[in-house]
Amino acid sequence: MTAPLVEASGLAAGYGGPPAIRELDFAVEAGQSVAVLGPNGGGKTTLLRALLGELRPAAGSARVEGRPAYVAQSERTRLDFPVSALDVALMGTLAGGRWWLPARRSERAAAARALERVGLAAVAGTPFGELSGGQRQRVLLARALVQEARVLLLDEPLAGVDRPSAEAIESLLGDLRGEGRALLVSTHDVEGARGFDRVLCLNRRQVAYGPPADCLRRTVLEQTYGSEIVVLEEDGRSLRAVAVQHHDH
Amino acid sequence: MDVLDPLLDPWRSGIGQRALAEAVLVAAICGALGFWVLSYELSYGAESLAHGLLPGLVLAALAGLPLLVGALGGVAAAAALVGLAARDERIDTDTATAVVVTGMLGLGALLALAPEAPPRLEELLFGNPLAATAGDLAAAAALVVVGGAALVALHRPLTAVALDPGGSSALGVRPTAVRLGLLLLLAAALAVAVEGLGNLLALAVLVAPAAAVQRHVRSPGRAIALAAAIAVAASIAGLYASHYLDIAAGAAIALALCATAALGSLMPRRAQRA
Repeated sequence: MTAPLVEASGLAAGYGGPPAIRELDFAVEAGQSVAVLGPNGGGKTTLLRALLGELRPAAGSARVEGRPAYVAQSERTRLDFPVSALDVALMGTLAGGRWWLPARRSERAAAARALERVGLAAVAGTPFGELSGGQRQRVLLARALVQEARVLLLDEPLAGVDRPSAEAIESLLGDLRGEGRALLVSTHDVEGARGFDRVLCLNRRQVAYGPPADCLRRTVLEQTYGSEIVVLEEDGRSLRAVAVQHHDH
Repeated sequence: MDVLDPLLDPWRSGIGQRALAEAVLVAAICGALGFWVLSYELSYGAESLAHGLLPGLVLAALAGLPLLVGALGGVAAAAALVGLAARDERIDTDTATAVVVTGMLGLGALLALAPEAPPRLEELLFGNPLAATAGDLAAAAALVVVGGAALVALHRPLTAVALDPGGSSALGVRPTAVRLGLLLLLAAALAVAVEGLGNLLALAVLVAPAAAVQRHVRSPGRAIALAAAIAVAASIAGLYASHYLDIAAGAAIALALCATAALGSLMPRRAQRA
């Protein structure tokens, strides 16, 4: 039996004060995808940062096979900075070291292939800031592909994304699972979480972890979201629920 | 030959030649560095460092030391004081910086107006490229070589962090280290630039050319090359203006540099794709 690609054991992490997340115990095997559900402030981003090694565990441990690739939300990038889609994809080669040297021809070719894989070869020379939100998200995914990481961490990759981009991203995530990579995807899409192999419900602590059928139940979702969950319909076998996001502006 | 005389006249003397070399070297490296100063929103920090190093310049002048030594000491002292002041949680960083820099500028003026001080405060404040020495040129050349190599080496990490600090750390790039490297380059560039353009005007060569090109380029590489070229051209134009209009060289260069920023803002932004 092979070791999991991601493993958290009694993990707690935070920003110096009380831990923002605690009591996390889960393992992700090669080829598995995990939907990370939770309310705003529930600890989804904290978990990703802990797995990236940016936050030191306050308790327990987190182990990730190799350096994970991270796909941030494209709205957190600078849109007025003059770089092309190919330039952004090429940044993935920085993970291989040699940051002080210009990119090699083989690295440029890898970046071009990654853009082709996300369906954006035609806009390789287009400024990143001039792409649609969905296209920008796909470019960031191409940057992660160039890293050739076995573990990918994605922060709400489908939030605010146009339909063609969402379909392209979902299709690509399926392909990546088939290649034996492990995916952790933070999302607010409770219904969409059914398409994942595992669901991790977080509300500052681990509420549940397991197959969607076990986790996407009324009691679990109410513990996860509290008043932010609206159960639309539930019968003996199925449930439809929507997480209501409250934003503080 | 008659046609070229007006072009060559300013550079016939040793003073003119040294001024030209100093202006070109400083403009080339500062113009290039300026793109990153703007991209990392460090214009205010650059101005603060430039003003904060005045006491160092005056003390070096009083002690008969090279101004470069005073400038470097002044930068270090200003940075340390800003860091200390910013630790007070009751005030924000901008306020701490403003208080420290104004205090340093006042201290510098106080020292410069003391009876023992050399009677050329205006040169420290406004610079004088025509007074460039062989030592100044050597410092500027060293900055071009070392700073230029550092900019080339840091180009990819600087680009990654400027676009996406959070995502870049997952690529193995350390945003804090990249910013620190940029700040060190900025401090070294200011320490050299203040000798030619003075304490109050050195910022122009860092910020104005980069501001001129910022909205009109499609890649950092092009922006850097264009900003450096514009900085060199404006500096030479300033020296011509100084020669023929008999005006202060440092101020003439600063005004020429700022004119490029104004022209850049008046030009239509490059067309966006549909």
